[in-house]
Amino acid sequence: MKTWVSILAAMTVAAATTFADPESDTEVAAHKAALDLAGAFSNEGFKMRDGHWSGTIKPHDHALIAVNLYAGNQYWFSVGATDAAKKLAINVYDETGKLVQTEPYNEGEKAAAGFSPTGSGQYYVMVDLVEGNESSVCLIYSYK
Amino acid sequence: MRRVRQFFATTLLLGCCVVIGAEPGRLPADQMAKAIRLDAISIPTPGELFAALEKPGKPNWVDQMRGPVATAYKSRAQIALNLGSLIADGFIAVEAKDSQQVKNIGTDIIKMAKALGVSENVLSRGNSINEFAENDEWDALQEELEATQNEVKSSMQTHRDQDLVILVSVGGWVRGTQAVSSAVLQNYDERAAKVLRQPALVNFIQAKLNEVSPDVRNEPLVKEVSGDLPGIEKLVSFPAGKAPTQDEVKKVNEAVGKMMSQIQAKEPK
Repeated sequence: MKTWVSILAAMTVAAATTFADPESDTEVAAHKAALDLAGAFSNEGFKMRDGHWSGTIKPHDHALIAVNLYAGNQYWFSVGATDAAKKLAINVYDETGKLVQTEPYNEGEKAAAGFSPTGSGQYYVMVDLVEGNESSVCLIYSYK
Repeated sequence: MRRVRQFFATTLLLGCCVVIGAEPGRLPADQMAKAIRLDAISIPTPGELFAALEKPGKPNWVDQMRGPVATAYKSRAQIALNLGSLIADGFIAVEAKDSQQVKNIGTDIIKMAKALGVSENVLSRGNSINEFAENDEWDALQEELEATQNEVKSSMQTHRDQDLVILVSVGGWVRGTQAVSSAVLQNYDERAAKVLRQPALVNFIQAKLNEVSPDVRNEPLVKEVSGDLPGIEKLVSFPAGKAPTQDEVKKVNEAVGKMMSQIQAKEPK
């Protein structure tokens, strides 16, 4: 019995090691869509962060992601989703929860918001699935 | 009549907000507390910090470079902290456009990564760093350094070294903040000094350090770093919109400088 438990435990560890946080096909598609959009800002001198957030959003639901930004930099937040998403929206809030004014961009399963913080500190990026069905969504940001 | 209707509509909207306890266009505190916080996106890279510092005027990056640092340590936690700080050094060398220094740092990064047993993918990054440095491709180098850092972290996660991931970020943040506070002191400018305001970031780092396993948390160096962070959080908690004074910047610089000395000490005290 003990041997079987050990074998099972070893198999579980091996599986966890092999498949540690793999991106699903839909996550890969959403990541690609976000990269495509962010790539456009690279032409304007924005550097793309290698790190990203991926997740799933239900219709009329949202994800809220905390980021730490610096005064003086300009930022673009780019979101990409799978085809099931028909309209996405991005809103940015400061550390007190106040909505900050951003330059919006929307194109079906992609959306972006640009702004230049006047103060350094924590900000919150809210990604809304305004229209469409449950989708994998990916957020990345660029700065200059 | 129209004005009266508008008045009632506004009153009704505000009334509703009072009843549900929300302000129009404002996030409630409980929602902010529950926001997703991830190492990969919530912790800025040294490159991002340096880009903001450069806006009022380019600092003297050569002055912020360190001499060669040790790459062999007994404790894996100390290697991870130093690896993070070395990656920040790479960003500094890129800003200083010193290709030889970038190559040296790239070699040291790979040495430390090997000592931690990270994947072959990371090791191949060393060649790319050398190649980009040879060709003075500074933007590509910044991207490569961040990608190297993420590759190291991802390899740590795969090898069940999750606890070391936050230590790499801590090392990078400490070294980056040391360089930035030193540059601000060298040529004080209020706009540049504002980048040092990072209370939520330090708070997040502390929270992540509290989550590591007791084995790592009880290592003397990690204990010391964790113990000093609440003090540093206070030092970087300037009121929003207000630039720290020269004296306040000096205090931040001394605190992170002390932490950096502990991290790079051959025999941690």
